Amino acid sequence: MKASKKKTKKDKEKKANKKPEKLIDKKGIRLDGRKLDELRPVKLEVGVLPNADGSAYLEQGKNKILVGVYGPKEAHPRHIAKQDRAVIQCRYHMAPFSVDERKSPAPSRRDVELSKVIREAIEPAIFLEYYPRTAIQVYIEILQADGGTRCAGITTASLALADAGIPMRDLVVACAAGKADGKLIVDLMDTEDKIGEADVPVAFMPNLNAITLLQMDGTLSIDEFEKTIGMALDGCKQIYALQKEALKSKYIAVKEAEEE
Amino acid sequence: MPVYYEKKQLVAPGDLLAEGDYVPGDSTYKENGKIYASRLGLVDYDGKRVHIVALKAFYIPAPGDLVIGKVVETTPGGWIIDIKAPHFARLRASDVVERSFKPETTDLPSIFDVGDLIIAKVVAYDRTRDPLLTIREPGLGKIMRGLLFEVTPTKIPRVIGRQGSMVSMIKRETGCQLTIGQNGLILISGRSSKDERLAVMALRKIEAESHTSGLTDQVNEMIKKEREANESK
Repeated sequence: MKASKKKTKKDKEKKANKKPEKLIDKKGIRLDGRKLDELRPVKLEVGVLPNADGSAYLEQGKNKILVGVYGPKEAHPRHIAKQDRAVIQCRYHMAPFSVDERKSPAPSRRDVELSKVIREAIEPAIFLEYYPRTAIQVYIEILQADGGTRCAGITTASLALADAGIPMRDLVVACAAGKADGKLIVDLMDTEDKIGEADVPVAFMPNLNAITLLQMDGTLSIDEFEKTIGMALDGCKQIYALQKEALKSKYIAVKEAEEE
Repeated sequence: MPVYYEKKQLVAPGDLLAEGDYVPGDSTYKENGKIYASRLGLVDYDGKRVHIVALKAFYIPAPGDLVIGKVVETTPGGWIIDIKAPHFARLRASDVVERSFKPETTDLPSIFDVGDLIIAKVVAYDRTRDPLLTIREPGLGKIMRGLLFEVTPTKIPRVIGRQGSMVSMIKRETGCQLTIGQNGLILISGRSSKDERLAVMALRKIEAESHTSGLTDQVNEMIKKEREANESK
């Protein structure tokens, strides 16, 4: 009797620690009620910060991300300017209140790495060679994080760049796919990312059919890897449609108001 | 050689506009014989040229443009001016001071100081060097009074209107002088602040509804209505 009681208590503790034994139930439903190939609900808004040249806000499940863009403008300090193209200064930053336990606001090793990764994912989309000796600044602020923030950051940043009127080849959109409980899933949230077997973030320019970021954390067979990329690209295409809608909606609002 | 969008339709970066024998214009680019959009804006076809009137863009200087700028620094040889372009512009002291200019003796801040607004003309710019300005023409120089209004530079042609129809209408109806800088800054100077406020209202309407047709008449009507309302008060 006593032993069994102790066991249930331990189970409860485990649940409180957010370490469920199963990420996916028998019916193929995930912890937050999604199907294997279902994205979290995405909400996008453009032009939310009047002081920045361009801005965008995103909510993807529990993720909340705000991006402000400045430029192209004179590069400071002077020596970072390139004679043949513009430079992108990108900062990915997690707010202290964005995670369960307070994160130091100073840039961590991870923040610095993600800044570089995101910069390299959005760089191919921008006509940098048009504006030599200038800098374009991208500030990505993670207000609330629940896994997949690098992808959501790229999606939001490219919208903010388009809002700033910076000429781009295409909008960059990003989505992750991976493996948890032996099943392939799309758009991983934090627990699935941490406990699951693999996470593959992909950034993509749909109109040009070009991948600008591809990373993998964990283990997948070659066959699984190819399937995972396909799933991530499908997710990207869904978000891409929302991106375009968000960008155009500002203008359409003006048009409708006038027709009334 | 198909065209994928109608005139005045809204497009976003990456949208495929046309294929084949077309020439890419403003805010578009060509790759593998296909023309794509590079900015959010309205498509326009001009014969074989495809271009976009961007809803938001920044100013790229071109020689001959009239611009309004702010002095951000004085240097021994002249001034550095912010004209809201990717680069700061330069105004040489020798351009402003007559013949006897000597960097040691001439007090440059007494002519233009940091924070002063000036009307100037772009003389040269080619991306490898900072834009160069001049004020050696009638009507150019320091701004002493007036109201400054800012629109996105791609909307300046709309503010001017066909053969200046919009701007001359606003001038006539409000009695204000308008100096339009190609960099998106507009100087309004009228006899009273009431007149100036009227011009600002007109410009706000143009900015918000720049993509609609028949705007000149609408703005004209609005100004007349407002003026009547003011007079009856």
